[in-house]
Amino acid sequence: MSKPRARNITVFSLLILGVFAALLSSVFIGSTSIPFAEAVRSIFAHGEYSDILWKIRIPRALSALLLGGALSLSGYLLQTFFHNPIAGPFVLGVSSGAKLTVALTMIAAFRYVHSVSSGIMVAAAFVGSLISLGFVLLVSRRMKRMSMLVVCGIMIGYICSAITDFAVTFARDSDIVNLHDWSKGTFSGMSMNDVLTIAVITAAAVLGTVFIVKPMSAYMLGESYAQSVGVNLKFLKVMLVVLSGLLSACVTAFAGPVSFVGIAVPHIVRLLLKTSKPSVMIPACFLAGSIFCMACDMIARTALSPTELSISTVTAVFGAPVVIGILVRRKRGEM
Amino acid sequence: METAVSVKDLSAGYGKGNVIENVSFEVNYGEILTLIGPNGGGKSTVIKAVTGFLEKSGGEVTLCGENAEKLGRAKLSKLLSVMLTERVKPDLMTCRDVVAAGRYPYTGMFGALSAEDGEIVENALKTVEAEALADADFNSVSDGQRQRILLARAICQQPKILVLDEPTSYLDIRHKIVFFEILEKLVRERNIAVILSLHELDLASKVSDRIACIKGGKITHTGTSEEIFTEQNIRELYEIPEELYRKYFD
Repeated sequence: MSKPRARNITVFSLLILGVFAALLSSVFIGSTSIPFAEAVRSIFAHGEYSDILWKIRIPRALSALLLGGALSLSGYLLQTFFHNPIAGPFVLGVSSGAKLTVALTMIAAFRYVHSVSSGIMVAAAFVGSLISLGFVLLVSRRMKRMSMLVVCGIMIGYICSAITDFAVTFARDSDIVNLHDWSKGTFSGMSMNDVLTIAVITAAAVLGTVFIVKPMSAYMLGESYAQSVGVNLKFLKVMLVVLSGLLSACVTAFAGPVSFVGIAVPHIVRLLLKTSKPSVMIPACFLAGSIFCMACDMIARTALSPTELSISTVTAVFGAPVVIGILVRRKRGEM
Repeated sequence: METAVSVKDLSAGYGKGNVIENVSFEVNYGEILTLIGPNGGGKSTVIKAVTGFLEKSGGEVTLCGENAEKLGRAKLSKLLSVMLTERVKPDLMTCRDVVAAGRYPYTGMFGALSAEDGEIVENALKTVEAEALADADFNSVSDGQRQRILLARAICQQPKILVLDEPTSYLDIRHKIVFFEILEKLVRERNIAVILSLHELDLASKVSDRIACIKGGKITHTGTSEEIFTEQNIRELYEIPEELYRKYFD
């Protein structure tokens, strides 16, 4: 009994330390090199670098922290829902669905009202996420094999991307500049206001998972056994879809589509914790997703500085091999 | 003896049309009722309709004196537990975790196990002779061990009624025997009513108190094993020609 507990304590301590380390290095390391003492002074009082820190680096680091956690948690919820370790918002086409609705909303808004509130963007992304998930759900009723589900999700993703590109082609040049960066995925350009909105939405979704921790653990033995011990299946499924949709919608609305975090991070966390208990997995996935995204964002903005890589480029480099790893390991069982 | 399960004129099916029609039987506490019959005859459908997995289209199911429809999820799960044919492949769960999942109806909002829950889990593991497997990964144990663990999970629910759908189909004869020894002891000690579906006729005749034959969605005969296992009856139930019956059964 004490062995798993000791492992949990170690892993969580490391994760919390990791979050702090990643947050600090995201703030203190960047294309403009700022002496450490100067940086600390600029954070707490008005200094030479206050603007860089408070308007660029801190909001960016915090949004990577929150959105990374959100994305990872969203992936974990989808994996639970589909009983499928390679489910995630990106491969199931959920991110692309959100991308499509957000792009359409942006184009329409720029044309007619010239600005769009972040709330509306999140709402648009949420609608897009749920539409994509709806399609995936329809398909999953007919096909039980997990590889087919993913292939189908990727196809839905391509269709959404194609329509998005089509819409972007007909958008005006001035709009495209904005769209272009966003549609590839980036944490840049976040304001403290954005961070606040992200924090509220993410906190609400995380709070929501508290209500399904117990039924989620029963659901791991399959639907029938869950039902037989008294789980309200309908409530659980709706909650899983809504919460994962909300989390990934929030990410897509603010940072664009970010690939592979939702699959890779929960998988690594499972390996570290050697358990799939939701009460442990949920917080661990969130923390690990934060670290992963902050680290990837650091690489994205410093590796080829002053040119920035898109965040998905970096997350794919680290995330895709993990997915291949899962597939190879699962090959022995049936797919 | 008191009646634990009473099924009256039960009809149920998938989509349009009934698979089972007007099925009636009773099971007492401490009694094992076994359903036998050909594939597609309706054994599994009876089990699904009695346990509430499948909505019935007619009739009445009474569990421990209460109408099953009015019991509600939480109460039902404390009265009745199941062992299903579907294969479970949970990710990274130890056998103890799987057994502990049976405590679901009794735990609080976050599903944390109390000391008492922990004791019940250990006891269940002991009952199925699987203490040594407690920390093993559920996916790594053998078929026979897996079925015993799933039985322990069902016991953890502390049910008054236990429903098992072909629990020994994939097991070799030794594991079949071990499984039924454990089940029989359990039923007698705790006075649990058991509904069981089986393909193995030799075993059915040994472990059942009563047997119900199901064919074409109807119960054709009910009785003790002496009454049911006559040549005529079995040949009719499974549609076996006389010469083949002689060759394989005599």
